[in-house]
Amino acid sequence: MAGLELLSDQGYRVDGRKPTELRKIQARMGVFAQADGSAYIEHGNTKALAVVYGPHEIRGSRSKCLHDRAVLNCQYSMATFSTAERKRRPHGDRKSSEMTLHLKQTFEAAILTQLYPRSQIDIYVQILQADGGNYSACVNAATLAVVDAGIPLRDYVCACSAGFVEDTPLVDLSHVEESSGGTQLSLALLPKAEHLALVEMDARLHQDHLEGLMDAATRACKDLHAVLDRVVREHLQEVSTQLGE
Amino acid sequence: MRETPLSNCERQFLVQAIAEKKRLDGRQTFDYRNVKITFGTDYGCCIVDLGKTRVLAQISCELVAPKMNRPTEGILFFNLELSQMASPAFEPGRQSELVVKLNRLLERCLRNSKCIDTESLCVVSGEKVWQIRVDLHLLNHDGNIMDAASIAAITALCHFRRPDVSIQGEDVTVYTPEEQDPIPLSIHHMPICVSFSFFQQGTYLLVDPSEREERVMDGLLVIAMNKHREICTIQSSGGIMLLKDQVLRCSKIASVKVTEISELIQKALENDKKVRKEGGKFGFAESMPNQRITAYKMEVAPVDTGDIGKKTEDLIYNSEPPSEFIPSPVVCAPGTGQIGEGLQNSWGLEENEDGEEAEAEDQAMEEELQTMDVKVKSVKKEDPITLSDSEEEDVVILEPKTMKKKVNVQASSTAASKKKKKKPVH
Repeated sequence: MAGLELLSDQGYRVDGRKPTELRKIQARMGVFAQADGSAYIEHGNTKALAVVYGPHEIRGSRSKCLHDRAVLNCQYSMATFSTAERKRRPHGDRKSSEMTLHLKQTFEAAILTQLYPRSQIDIYVQILQADGGNYSACVNAATLAVVDAGIPLRDYVCACSAGFVEDTPLVDLSHVEESSGGTQLSLALLPKAEHLALVEMDARLHQDHLEGLMDAATRACKDLHAVLDRVVREHLQEVSTQLGE
Repeated sequence: MRETPLSNCERQFLVQAIAEKKRLDGRQTFDYRNVKITFGTDYGCCIVDLGKTRVLAQISCELVAPKMNRPTEGILFFNLELSQMASPAFEPGRQSELVVKLNRLLERCLRNSKCIDTESLCVVSGEKVWQIRVDLHLLNHDGNIMDAASIAAITALCHFRRPDVSIQGEDVTVYTPEEQDPIPLSIHHMPICVSFSFFQQGTYLLVDPSEREERVMDGLLVIAMNKHREICTIQSSGGIMLLKDQVLRCSKIASVKVTEISELIQKALENDKKVRKEGGKFGFAESMPNQRITAYKMEVAPVDTGDIGKKTEDLIYNSEPPSEFIPSPVVCAPGTGQIGEGLQNSWGLEENEDGEEAEAEDQAMEEELQTMDVKVKSVKKEDPITLSDSEEEDVVILEPKTMKKKVNVQASSTAASKKKKKKPVH
């Protein structure tokens, strides 16, 4: 799209945000009664739903069973109505498989799988509306769902995307900014120790700018952590008042 | 078939070696294996050897209709296949995680970084564009498939020539290679992947892991860069947690490696161009060395015999005189005499017992000077010697002291030792 400025002269982005501003985040835990843990999150217009089952006995082939840890089974799928053009294959194509692998990798690092040998934990994530930052929304939703399920985690896993336009790092990219073809960095962070569970970057970026970009993404993840923490505490408050404690 | 699992001792050995900064093939932590690039007879075909990992790349093109949302751009299609000849673990049909991972990484590295000018592949906007298909086959798996594949893909793309096209009004003519020389693709930059493997929760780092090292690694970080120090892709995989400094350090190492490899690719491309122009022989068959001994000639090694007299005198003067050794005749049976030790029996049947008893005797000699308990060992000497193949019958516990090196037999104690050594064996 020629002529669309991603960053105006006054320093405002296409949707009026400042470069270091995140989109409005709304989240809710415990949306499904059937599942062990579930969560729904909205990052601006990107809507993601995550459901967690487990830990339970390994279903299917026994050969996948690990004697000292739990096996993580993830699935990422996008609803056919989630994108501007109807998606023909919700899951099973290469991009979705890759996302699934990334999710699995991220949570294998964060969940204390050593506590549940010979069992399986399922994480299913569905994108209901895709407006940029799909991976980040999935990871954040899945974190909340895992907390809702009561599975022990090393720390919250907060994910955020970042881009680089005209020497300024932009945080939490929307679809318009992503499809312009510029640099995109996705980071999944454990905020307290600043451990990176996943680093993923696309498109050209000069080596000198890498540190600045990673710093901006880290700061955004930490802001996100504050929001998620507040959501979890409010949910706990609600549940405990309902239980009458 | 399933992969043979790695045994625990092998795993521990590898991890221990890496902790001591040693690699199985003797490389340093940041060293790459030998990269060898060979081209085939057709344009766009090349084989890359990274150590023993071998990848074949083939580029082909055809005219197709463009994508709906991008009518003026050509199409790039990548496909990496892990063929069964690469490793017995690769099975046909089922698409494993590894294939998906490698393919996606390759796509992101080469397509998203816009290394090829897709606008130049357009013939008729909205109707006909070139579709460039990159097919990669893994021929041998010895670790680090990603790097080898990325080198093969970009080299083949640089090497490829597409047919020339001319447009006159509505007519599009595609010339065959005989009519018009085919033209190369326009490539902006060459992204090359560098893989870093992490061990022990990120404490140790290795560049270019071999297959064994890949089996014991905790996680992998792949950074794709070009020689202008632009990072094209970063991807971390495996369940490890990295720190920002580690990623930055890896990117610095990657920039150095990428420059080296880019130079190598350029040189290989130039060599091939030269050979083709001069009309010499090229292709895979030519690149395989002819390993035949047609004649055997040993060169005369130059030896300096100038002042050999003086050198030998110096040597003799400076070295210690050898100990005097006067063998005394040994009488082991009436009517026989023996000088010297004789040979140990080499049947191998009672090697253990012989060895132990010989060591025991050495020990016994030492202990004549120190008062130690020799009784156990002397009993062994008198035990009947059983001729049997089974080595399980005699279980001997070697005490640490018995493992001391054999003491050089000093001349003074030879007489006694000679008698003890010669025992009736058969």
